[in-house]
Amino acid sequence: MNDIDLSVSIGPIKLRNPILLASGTVGYGNEMSEHIDLNKIGGIVTKSLSLKPRKGNPPQRIVETPAGMLNAIGLANVGVEVFLKEKIPFLKQFDVPLICNIAASSVDEYVECTKILTQEDFISAFEINVSCPNVKDGGLQFGNDISSVGKITAKVKAVTKKPVIIKLSPNVSYISEFAKVVKEEGGDAVSAINTLVGTSFNIITRRPKIYNVTGGLSGPAIKPVALAKVLEIKQKVEIPIIGIGGISNWQDVVEFMIAGSSAIQLGTINFVNPTAAIQIIDGLEQYCLHYGLKNISQLTGSYILK
Amino acid sequence: MVTAKSFVEEIIKIENNIHLLKIYSPKIASEITPGQFLNIKVSDNFFPLLRRPFSICDVDEKFIYIMFNILGDGTKILARKRTGEELDILGPLGHGFKTEGNFDTAIIVAGGLGAAPFPLFTKQMSSLGKNIYSFIGGKSESDIITYGMNNTFISTDDGSFGFKGTVIELLNRNIKILQENKIKIFSCGPTPMLRALKEFCVKNNFDCEVSTESAMACGFGICQGCPIESESKKDKYLLVCKDGPVFNIKDVLI
Ligand SMILES: Cc1cc2nc3c(=O)[nH]c(=O)nc-3n(C[C@H](O)[C@H](O)[C@H](O)COP(=O)(O)OP(=O)(O)OC[C@H]3O[C@@H](n4cnc5c(N)ncnc54)[C@H](O)[C@@H]3O)c2cc1C
Ligand SMILES: Cc1cc2nc3c(=O)[nH]c(=O)nc-3n(C[C@H](O)[C@H](O)[C@H](O)COP(=O)(O)O)c2cc1C
Ligand code: FES
Repeated sequence: MNDIDLSVSIGPIKLRNPILLASGTVGYGNEMSEHIDLNKIGGIVTKSLSLKPRKGNPPQRIVETPAGMLNAIGLANVGVEVFLKEKIPFLKQFDVPLICNIAASSVDEYVECTKILTQEDFISAFEINVSCPNVKDGGLQFGNDISSVGKITAKVKAVTKKPVIIKLSPNVSYISEFAKVVKEEGGDAVSAINTLVGTSFNIITRRPKIYNVTGGLSGPAIKPVALAKVLEIKQKVEIPIIGIGGISNWQDVVEFMIAGSSAIQLGTINFVNPTAAIQIIDGLEQYCLHYGLKNISQLTGSYILK
Repeated sequence: MVTAKSFVEEIIKIENNIHLLKIYSPKIASEITPGQFLNIKVSDNFFPLLRRPFSICDVDEKFIYIMFNILGDGTKILARKRTGEELDILGPLGHGFKTEGNFDTAIIVAGGLGAAPFPLFTKQMSSLGKNIYSFIGGKSESDIITYGMNNTFISTDDGSFGFKGTVIELLNRNIKILQENKIKIFSCGPTPMLRALKEFCVKNNFDCEVSTESAMACGFGICQGCPIESESKKDKYLLVCKDGPVFNIKDVLI
């Protein structure tokens, strides 16, 4: 076809293009495979997996907000055992890098999950979710605490040879401090950002619309915040960044790469337009062609501030 | 299930200012069972961001109909669509009603806009040679939708149309029809109605399928946003969009 190279590296992780599908917005891949050819995308990040299955929060779990949505799913997932037995075999028919996202309520549980999953060769890397705002145990309790994030990074790295990405919370004053500790403890990359804490009330009943009271805000509404967080990390810490937050077209991807992302993840847009990933990959190729970029990776951190 | 570019054919107003949107969508129209739904992107921008779920009301060769009332921003935009406009729809989604089976009489129980899936259902039942009785309830006359249904029995809470009382009370009054035939009940409507119907079905040992609703983001099983409590498995939720929206009334906690 042409010699545009869309491949990127996130530290040791090589991807055919920078488009990953974000945790919690692709399930375990099977439903998405009815819409897009998984062999064409950069990779899939699984729904957060915990050691045991989790039922998740009671309804109502989601509510739409201007250009976005709040969710409080509560990490509903099948657990690592069922994932390995029933979900991975389906994914193995595709040539697609699989990143396993792990959520846990204790440092030991993160380590335990990693130990079990690391034995599966099909898994390319881990993304450690220390930033879920919707569960009482674990989640943000870790994501808000620099020493916990450091400890989790170190302990998980100690039990796997696969690359470890830490998914950071935007609900902190300085996200770069967290990225710094991840780097110091041997983490291979950071994902930024998870959702922002938000809420919404029914003005007639005066009750929150979401059972959990607060939820995580995602979608186009959070894009400027996410971009600023990526830029902050890029300027302060030398660590590969996976940009996430409100990306819905190829222009957004270019913006995130300019701000410092090596790759990006698509989240909420998958719900609205399940074929977005493929359209975006095509758009990126056209962009590179038009502006004479041989490798899309040249974009990463190419911002000009003054 | 596909995303397919479809086109608005026309918007028809029926009783009580209810809108029928007729959509040209040959691909999706060819694979529908009654009770399934569509997830529709009403705008091509972020206002609103998410798709809106609607029951498939009727199918006529290459056309699909949905029935709606103007409620908020999404339905307001839909109501303004013009003939020929493109519409981005995802469907057909979910599991519909099981129209085949060991019964000779279908009892429809519909509350308000819960009437939406029954025109197509009625057509299919008739073609299968089944008898149909349609019990339709609402708060008052302005909630009653009979479009596309046969053998109607009407109830309103305020007595402005038909029997004064709930549709379940009306069913009870006509329980002879239910007891003297090999029946199966099919229902869609507000939660309090479904709850009362469940009690009624359990008490009388009637087989019943219900179409349920939930807030939804994706409509096809990837967001986990639409849980409904299962009667048998307490350790996990069912998903309204993928496991439903039609369930046997015994299987879900309403
Ligand atoms: C399977 C299914 C079938 C449906 N079929 C029909 C139909 O045939 N005709 C019809 O008129 N309506 C139907 N609805 C309801 C319809 O989707 C809403 O009326 C529509 O979303 C209103 O959108 P709006 O933008 O006008 O209103 P808004 O004021 O914007 O409200 C819509 C918002 O509320 C959320 N929401 C929708 N339903 C619920 C709910 N039950 N509980 C909590 N939140 C909810 C939506 O996700 C959306 O974000 C159906 C819903 C489902 C789940
Ligand atoms: C419904 C929903 C469920 C999510 N579940 C998870 C999850 O299990 N683990 C996780 O790390 N992030 C989860 N996320 C966060 C996304 O992966 C992503 O970080 C966030 O939504 C921002 O990206 P977006 O604006 O493109 O959606 C979830 C997001 C949504 C909307
Ligand atoms: S609406 Fe997304 S899983 Fe049901």
